[in-house]
Amino acid sequence: MPTYDNPLFMPAGDRAVVMELGSGIDPDLNALVHRWAAMIEGAQVEGVVETVPTYASLLIHYDPLLTALDDLEEALLTLDGAEHGEGEASAVRNVVELPTVYGGEHGPDLADVARNAGMSESEVVELHSATDYLVYAMGFSPGFPYLGGLDPRLATPRLSTPRTLIPAGSVGIAETQTGVYPVASPGGWRLIGRTQTRLFDPRANPPSVITPGDRVRFVQINDAGE
Amino acid sequence: MDSVNAAVRVIEPGLLTTVQDLGRRGFQKYGVPVCGALDAVSLRIANVLVGNRESAAGLEMTAIGPKLRFERESVIAVAGADFTPLIDGRAARAWESARVPAGATLSFAPPNDGLRACLAIAGGIAVPPLMNSRATDLKGGFGGHEGRALRGGDVLPVGFSPHLDAAPKRLPEAISRQPTYSQSFQIRVVLGPQLDRFTETGIAVMLTSEYTVSIDSDRTGCRLEGPAIEHVSGADVVSDGSALGSVQVPGSGTPIVLLSDRGTTGGYTKAATVISPDIGLLAQAMPGAKARFAAVSVEEAREALIEQERMMGEIKSFVGLDLSGAVSLSVDGADTRVTDADGGAITAAPALRTARRAARRVSATLEGERFDFEVEVGIA
Repeated sequence: MPTYDNPLFMPAGDRAVVMELGSGIDPDLNALVHRWAAMIEGAQVEGVVETVPTYASLLIHYDPLLTALDDLEEALLTLDGAEHGEGEASAVRNVVELPTVYGGEHGPDLADVARNAGMSESEVVELHSATDYLVYAMGFSPGFPYLGGLDPRLATPRLSTPRTLIPAGSVGIAETQTGVYPVASPGGWRLIGRTQTRLFDPRANPPSVITPGDRVRFVQINDAGE
Repeated sequence: MDSVNAAVRVIEPGLLTTVQDLGRRGFQKYGVPVCGALDAVSLRIANVLVGNRESAAGLEMTAIGPKLRFERESVIAVAGADFTPLIDGRAARAWESARVPAGATLSFAPPNDGLRACLAIAGGIAVPPLMNSRATDLKGGFGGHEGRALRGGDVLPVGFSPHLDAAPKRLPEAISRQPTYSQSFQIRVVLGPQLDRFTETGIAVMLTSEYTVSIDSDRTGCRLEGPAIEHVSGADVVSDGSALGSVQVPGSGTPIVLLSDRGTTGGYTKAATVISPDIGLLAQAMPGAKARFAAVSVEEAREALIEQERMMGEIKSFVGLDLSGAVSLSVDGADTRVTDADGGAITAAPALRTARRAARRVSATLEGERFDFEVEVGIA
């Protein structure tokens, strides 16, 4: 497991510090990142404004008028105690089911993905919806989950010419990644389907139905409109 | 809305005018950007001058200011680039509060120095908050006024202010000079967090070269043109968090300093981070301005910030507006006046450096009867 013995702290200016727990993309390392994020949030560490967990590290935004970096690092390391043992329990994360219409007008590139993989469209759908994808991190745009766990057989290159507008809820594949667009945006992902679930609503609290560390499952449904 | 005591109508929107406060915090883990005024200190000063909370929402204007009609009398202040406020065509001073009569038009002469200014209106822009902030997220299309820059015909709600009758406010003499956003400036950085992804030569080039502010800069980032900062091998990292001021170096080797509208995470290497007291310089930099990086330690950066906050403290106590109205207390539905322990007006929060929370004795008087409270004052 690519986890360090001790967290590495690297300042990101005077208001944030990177807490790196390991390197690379690894589900166990990422679970540790999310455990730390939960611990820091729960402990209400003096001066911490918010914490952004990603693949192998956390970016801890803090107020330097309330804490000096040395004191903050010390306070964070003292959290690393009893909670560390509860790893197995917290490995059971929330699974967010996204009802998804595959193919047709909602997944115009499903045929291309199937051709690229050398299988039928229904086999692609079966494989894609058989996995619980880990939400390693969120970012890029509000409510956008970085998902891991795509079956390597489904890996497909991006479109050579990106679309100018992809509707919100579009489910796509780009190289070895799969993802879902929370808001309409341009993009070059191969679109295989679309979920009706509204992933991001700025008026809701929390604004996102997905939280980093969750798992996402795409559940095939038929297009109600047909 | 009964808390609204004025409204402002947009006649001309200006080049890029948005509702901004000090940003949206607590939701970055969901990918929600911070946004907020790029030159945050200017917004804070403008707010102090009109008696608002420092974090109240104002308008950030860019290069060409808006033209606004005030439906009711109000008090305004402008800080940042030297836009001259024109009230029914008559010039008023920036960095001071000014009264705008009901029905008057506020417009701006374009700046000679700097790019952006913040307009504070007494009571604050009272658009509904989203995720605890009124900042506009232009890319996300939410927050502020309908999630977008202002357009002609928009009407902005303005909150209640108890300070409409206050005497005009200005800055203390020592601070009152208009800052100069020079054509050639230095920005201080803390090296890292991904210092090891750059060659020694690359970092030396970054710290000794002159960079030109690109016309392609925006609220997301200030793009700098100049000598490439050399990577050890490639510009990609596994996506991680992006800080305000991150000096992101993509494959081209030319740096982009990330600002308020940055994405919360990114996949490019970050050579350094501009310290928070110097972000305003980048917010004000005109395309073509020349910037140099200078490395400082985290401790030096913190001292610079404490110095900035000392200046803010001086401004707040000099302006000395009665902020008692910002503290509301009602007993059985009747509003009562809130004072400090000596019966005096509350003018400023306790010095930030000494305490995050301070216990204060507060008393309220209701129909002649006095009530004493021990109140913990937190700084938001």
